[in-house]
Amino acid sequence: MYIELKNVNKRFGDFQATKDISLDIEKGQLVALLGPSGSGKTTILRMIAGLEMPDSGDIVIDGKRVNDIPPVQRRVGFVFQNYALFRYMTVYDNIAFGLDIKKMDKKAIKARVSELLELTELTGLEKRYPNELSGGQRQRVAFARALAPEPGLLLLDEPFAAIDAKVRKELRQWLREMIHKVGITSIFVTHDQDEAVEVADQIIVTNNGQIEQSGTPFDIYKLPQTAFVAEFVGNPVFVKNYNCLRGFTDGDYDYYIIRPEFVEAFKSDNIHFKEIIDFSQKGIIKDIMFCGNMLQVSIDVAGQEVVTHRSMERRSISVGEEMNVIIYRVFAVSGNEVTLLENSFLKEMDLTGRNREKYLYSDDGYFAG
Amino acid sequence: MSKKRNIKILMIIISTLFVLLMLVFPLASVLVNSFSKGLEFYFNSLKTEYFFSALGLTCIVTFITVIVNSFFGIIASYLLTRYSFAGKHILATLIDIPFSISPVIAGLAFIMMFGRLGWATPIIDTINSITGWNIKIVFAIPGVVLATIFVTFPFVSREIIPVLNAVGTDEEEAAAIMGASGFTIFRKITFPHIKWALAYGVVLCSARAIGEFGAVNALSKTRGMTFTLPLEIDALYLSGSSDSIVAAYAVSSILVLVSVILLVIRNILEYRSDRIKISVEERAEIKED
Ligand SMILES: Nc1ncnc2c1ncn2[C@@H]1O[C@H](COP(=O)(O)OP(=O)(O)OP(=O)(O)O)[C@@H](O)[C@H]1O
Ligand SMILES: [Mg+2]
Repeated sequence: MYIELKNVNKRFGDFQATKDISLDIEKGQLVALLGPSGSGKTTILRMIAGLEMPDSGDIVIDGKRVNDIPPVQRRVGFVFQNYALFRYMTVYDNIAFGLDIKKMDKKAIKARVSELLELTELTGLEKRYPNELSGGQRQRVAFARALAPEPGLLLLDEPFAAIDAKVRKELRQWLREMIHKVGITSIFVTHDQDEAVEVADQIIVTNNGQIEQSGTPFDIYKLPQTAFVAEFVGNPVFVKNYNCLRGFTDGDYDYYIIRPEFVEAFKSDNIHFKEIIDFSQKGIIKDIMFCGNMLQVSIDVAGQEVVTHRSMERRSISVGEEMNVIIYRVFAVSGNEVTLLENSFLKEMDLTGRNREKYLYSDDGYFAG
Repeated sequence: MSKKRNIKILMIIISTLFVLLMLVFPLASVLVNSFSKGLEFYFNSLKTEYFFSALGLTCIVTFITVIVNSFFGIIASYLLTRYSFAGKHILATLIDIPFSISPVIAGLAFIMMFGRLGWATPIIDTINSITGWNIKIVFAIPGVVLATIFVTFPFVSREIIPVLNAVGTDEEEAAAIMGASGFTIFRKITFPHIKWALAYGVVLCSARAIGEFGAVNALSKTRGMTFTLPLEIDALYLSGSSDSIVAAYAVSSILVLVSVILLVIRNILEYRSDRIKISVEERAEIKED
């Protein structure tokens, strides 16, 4: 393991910002710390960087306990949430700062800065000051500055937060490619699940100063292990009582979570669904929202509102229209436990070939590879 | 709409009249009076030994005060914005005391300390007897300097603290992570942020130091030795002859001139530091986004 945190605690006065945090990160991984505001993400990052001292627990980087080692010797690069570019220095001087401090010779500094300017596509802007750059350019300067001293670990606090939505999407891809190209172990903080899923190799979900779950984006998405993760990830719709939904019988759970992809809605004359139409139930379309490349449809099923996505390629629908609805599965939550429940009709049905894949991911319920 | 306009015009009239009556006319009459016995008399009254002594002392006192208070102001602001420690709020409040206390009391306080019966006098006497020096504080130049420092010491830190707070610690931390030493961080990162605020504080501090009367008056009794310009003006005026009164105006006109110069510098600096504040705000906006 390249980075290890063992039972790390941190208090600010009376407030416990992190509780018994333990995590492992392998070398070369791009890891997202995902969690709501105030969940301790920045605190964890700052403790790894050495900007904050943990009250107890160990922080290990590359096999060495670094608790008592000052930030420089930990060899971390840090990209701050607002980039924290040196406002009174040019782009060149910003990037060269860490190298100057190391007393590298001027020629070597120049070569390294040029290399980074090229890597971050900033060539030509080296004489500008930070306030003469766009948000995206500032982010790239911050990135280049952090990488300049060749750190072993790159930490990024909400690297996309200060950038407008359109550029953000491009930058995510850019950052992912860049980090993989440089091959540096990186941890970035975000509270945006789409961002985490899209960019990271591994996601660590934090809540209330604790780690809820750690795993691949796929695992986090498909197999939430705590109630919090099931609610935080995906676009959950909460259901108190699912007796009304066909294929499910009420168990001893607190409540249920249905994601849009768990719901199938089709018109009664749709031949693709003729095998399972008997297991469906009627629902009335309450609302249709256009979400760029698909529709988000709210349907009232026996008094319970569920939400599904619908491809733009399918036949058009309208509010008030009657649809046949099948719920494939739900997450049942009891306390902090999450259980995946499959639609019992579909499970029992002897579905074969293509159709089997269509309705069920695998025998034992959820997904198969 | 027109009602609003009327109110605006009314307020303009009131403010202008007020400023004219309270500030411009009185100051103008100082200038007019200073020339009432002709140019030659004006320059002659600026050629006295007393005047040169007072001018020299005022410059020295102001210089020392500005140096000491800038040094203290920078350290105090850094301490109050970058560290947390028990009693921080008490320290911040103590620094502001000179704003609310009468300068005369500042003067008397030093007499209580270093005067004939003062508790610190034996210490000074001991130092004098060991070193063979002859340090005198009360009714001597050191007392004048101390009193001036006392009344002006919050000026620099009060200008720097808000800037340090607004700038935040991110840039300093970024530099620290890359291995910059505390002094390098201050020189390369922190200082460029505060330099205009510091300059502004220095101007305010100088203006106040040059004009200080109350505190210095309590500690300074020898004309031609320990008198600063305001005390010299007072002495000239109190001596009562019509010549010396006109001379008092002449000396005053010099102080007015200095104030006007400082005011111009102040406005230039304010403009500069406003521009810096705007760039800080821009950054805050990004943060909220
Ligand atoms: N220096 C500090 N003093 C006191 N409390 C702090 C300090 N730093 C953080 N906290 C508290 O610790 C908690 C966790 O803060 P942290 O900044 O780690 O959250 P975060 O997950 O990064 O949130 P966000 O997404 O809003 O940035 C918050 O409740 C915060 O108020
Ligand atoms: Mg944060």
